[in-house]
Amino acid sequence: MKNTLTQTTLSNGLKVLLKEVHTAPIISSWLWYRVGSRDEVSGRTGVSHWVEHMQFKGTEQFPANLLDKAISREGGSWNAFTYIDWTAYFETMPADKIDLALRLESDRMVNSRFLPDEVASERTVIISEREGSENEPLFLLGEAIQQTAFRIHPYHHEVIGDMADLHSMRRDDLYNHYRAFYVPNNAVMAVAGDFDTQSMLARIKELFESVPAGSEPARLVRPEPPQNGEIRLSVEGPGSTSYVQVCYRFPSASHPDFFPLSVLDSLLAGPSNLNMFSGGISNKTSRLYRALVDKEYVVSVHGGAQATIDPFMYTITMTIHPKRKPEEALAALDREIERVKEEKVTKEEIRRAIKQARALFAYGSENITNQGFWLGYAEMFADYSWFETYLDKLSTVTAKDIQRVANEYFKPQSRIVGTYIPQEGKS
Amino acid sequence: MVSKLNSLPGPDDIYREVLPNGITVLARPNFNSPSVVIAGYFEAGALFDPDEKLGLAEYTTISLMRGTKTRTFDEIYQALESVGASLGFNTGVHKSGFNGRSLSEDLPLLLDLLSEALTEPVFPKTEVEKLRAQLLTGLAIRAEDTGDMASMVFDKILFKDHPYSRPEDGYPETIQNIKRNDLVKFHREHYGPRGMVIAIVGAVKPEDAARQVKRALGRWQVKGQKETPDLPPLKTLKKTVSKHHRIAGKSQSDLIIGTNGPTRQDSEFMPASIGNNILGQFGMMGRIGDVVREKSGLAYYAYSSLSAGLGPGSWEVNAGVNPQNVKKASDLVVDELKRFVQEGVTAEELADTKANFIGRLPLSLESNGGVANALLNIERHNLGSDYYRRYAGLVNEVTAEDVLSAARKFIDVDKLAIAVAGP
Repeated sequence: MKNTLTQTTLSNGLKVLLKEVHTAPIISSWLWYRVGSRDEVSGRTGVSHWVEHMQFKGTEQFPANLLDKAISREGGSWNAFTYIDWTAYFETMPADKIDLALRLESDRMVNSRFLPDEVASERTVIISEREGSENEPLFLLGEAIQQTAFRIHPYHHEVIGDMADLHSMRRDDLYNHYRAFYVPNNAVMAVAGDFDTQSMLARIKELFESVPAGSEPARLVRPEPPQNGEIRLSVEGPGSTSYVQVCYRFPSASHPDFFPLSVLDSLLAGPSNLNMFSGGISNKTSRLYRALVDKEYVVSVHGGAQATIDPFMYTITMTIHPKRKPEEALAALDREIERVKEEKVTKEEIRRAIKQARALFAYGSENITNQGFWLGYAEMFADYSWFETYLDKLSTVTAKDIQRVANEYFKPQSRIVGTYIPQEGKS
Repeated sequence: MVSKLNSLPGPDDIYREVLPNGITVLARPNFNSPSVVIAGYFEAGALFDPDEKLGLAEYTTISLMRGTKTRTFDEIYQALESVGASLGFNTGVHKSGFNGRSLSEDLPLLLDLLSEALTEPVFPKTEVEKLRAQLLTGLAIRAEDTGDMASMVFDKILFKDHPYSRPEDGYPETIQNIKRNDLVKFHREHYGPRGMVIAIVGAVKPEDAARQVKRALGRWQVKGQKETPDLPPLKTLKKTVSKHHRIAGKSQSDLIIGTNGPTRQDSEFMPASIGNNILGQFGMMGRIGDVVREKSGLAYYAYSSLSAGLGPGSWEVNAGVNPQNVKKASDLVVDELKRFVQEGVTAEELADTKANFIGRLPLSLESNGGVANALLNIERHNLGSDYYRRYAGLVNEVTAEDVLSAARKFIDVDKLAIAVAGP
């Protein structure tokens, strides 16, 4: 992890991060845009994700079919992700084939066509994607919680968008969104792998610097006001299993409290995994597992902290034991939450959380695609030093810090409790 | 920017040793990251399950870490999670297996825990009952999952009266039938070092890795470890069989259409595998993706897959579609299968897929887990330690005629298994 990092910004505002990693003949190239569902207004929810799909539909130079084939033929792997805060495109290729990915990304930064026929056929693909998600009880519950938690802030809708908007959006809605946000001064190019920095930088300049800078994209600035009182909601649907999600409001990833909260997450529910291409570890000795699964209130419990630009949520998800009621599991959870507020955690528990984080980092650095991911990911909400200093920041966390953040962020009056109530045989 | 790095495992960097008790140790070093992966399998798969206690093999594997003669459940996971390590067991039809990872400094601990779980589990009654509730909840969730249920229905049609028709995780009533003593007995009769393989890949010298396995598992001996039963012959379909499993209240149905496929060792495996890539994977999910997703906009996912193992495999197309579009999507898929067996593949498609197979190999082998799987693949199917170095040649020698004859051997569009789960 000591490989040197080169950071620079091209004259058109494109930020470039390059990290040589000579462990395999592979290069992973990532292009990040600062656009996500946070940039969407009612009527156009889901537009960022749909634009991401349209980026695979071709340009003059790389028509849709050729694009897929060209990457696959070279043995590459590529995909894209849209999140609440960002949209990212990556290609991981044999090292001597990466030029194709660079040419493709510079081209589709400006030249995607958004042909009406393609927009039409992608509309039903995305509706189908949403229908697949609607099959899942936890998607239905999560969506209900999110729209309740964020009435003002644009985090209020799912990345996939509302079904009404997926039916009504027009080609120009998509194209205008693309033109407004896909500008070099709103993007970060991050490349990791088996290359020489000077020649890689020269090639990136050659391909990207001619793309003109655009105006700074307009942002929605609508901070969510404080929540004054617990909100409870329920969603009914098919099945025979109940779920409860408890969501607390968490600070942004760049806030200093994010680090003590990460340690707290680790000892409450097992460490959240920040790798995108490497699995996490089990959580069977976490406090919540012992109190809830071992005691048979639930059959599984998971915690999820997410690194976001604006304050988002920390979600505890419980799959309720068939012999228990959701309220019993919630009461057992509350006893554990009270405990971290009242009693200081031990030094041993903190030491353990740090070792867990160190191991997860080591697993993540096994593959180059994940290293490429890290480079740009941290830029979306902080900068790469956020990652480089992550373990150091965790190691300064004290038991007192943890008690303080537990009291500050795990407040009953600012949480949302959502229950999925199965309607067995009724639907 | 041409690289001299060679990431393909071969005879010069794969360590292999068979211990006196029968355990095969495979290892390959990688000091790029301070972590290590272990993975392996042993001969205690779901083939041994009696029908009325289906799920027994899996119930046994997931109980292994619930308490041993040396440590309680909590102590096992305390040791593991305190160092950020993981270890888990899984069950397949023929074999059961395990996967674990840790920082390389914690490899001895990981192997101790593996050894205790395999050789001296105690199946504490309270833990067995806790697991039963978890398994039953899992089955209740499975019953609502359109993908899982379509897959179960598909296997029942395709592998009628064959052990492959049975889900390894059983049914609620068979899980209820299993007593603690059944787990003890299953472990006693089927667990043993004969046939066990372990691969260790990461920041450890292969000789050290082998020494550590010997220390942890070298003394394990089991008398009368049962032989895996032979598979009965497969009855192939005489005509197309379709079944629709109703799950009310869902927004999307899962559709599976397919036939039998080759075993991993069949000579048709590579041609079928290349054909499958053209049919339903290459680029954005091959021809199937092009017709069902790109041209018709009917599905977010529509792809084909070949699953080839020790016994007869399956060759299937999967798609998630709106309940109203099931027929439309199904017709499109069958038309593509027809075209595939009538016309075969073009020279361009073949060249594209060959380039894809050869080019993507280093990517699949970049992580320790990827290399461990490759080593196990070589061992399980007797592919030869130079397999990945010979791989490009094996791919390149496949002709369009080979692909067509493999397609015709396995795919008969009048004898398909068609499974749908959804409203």
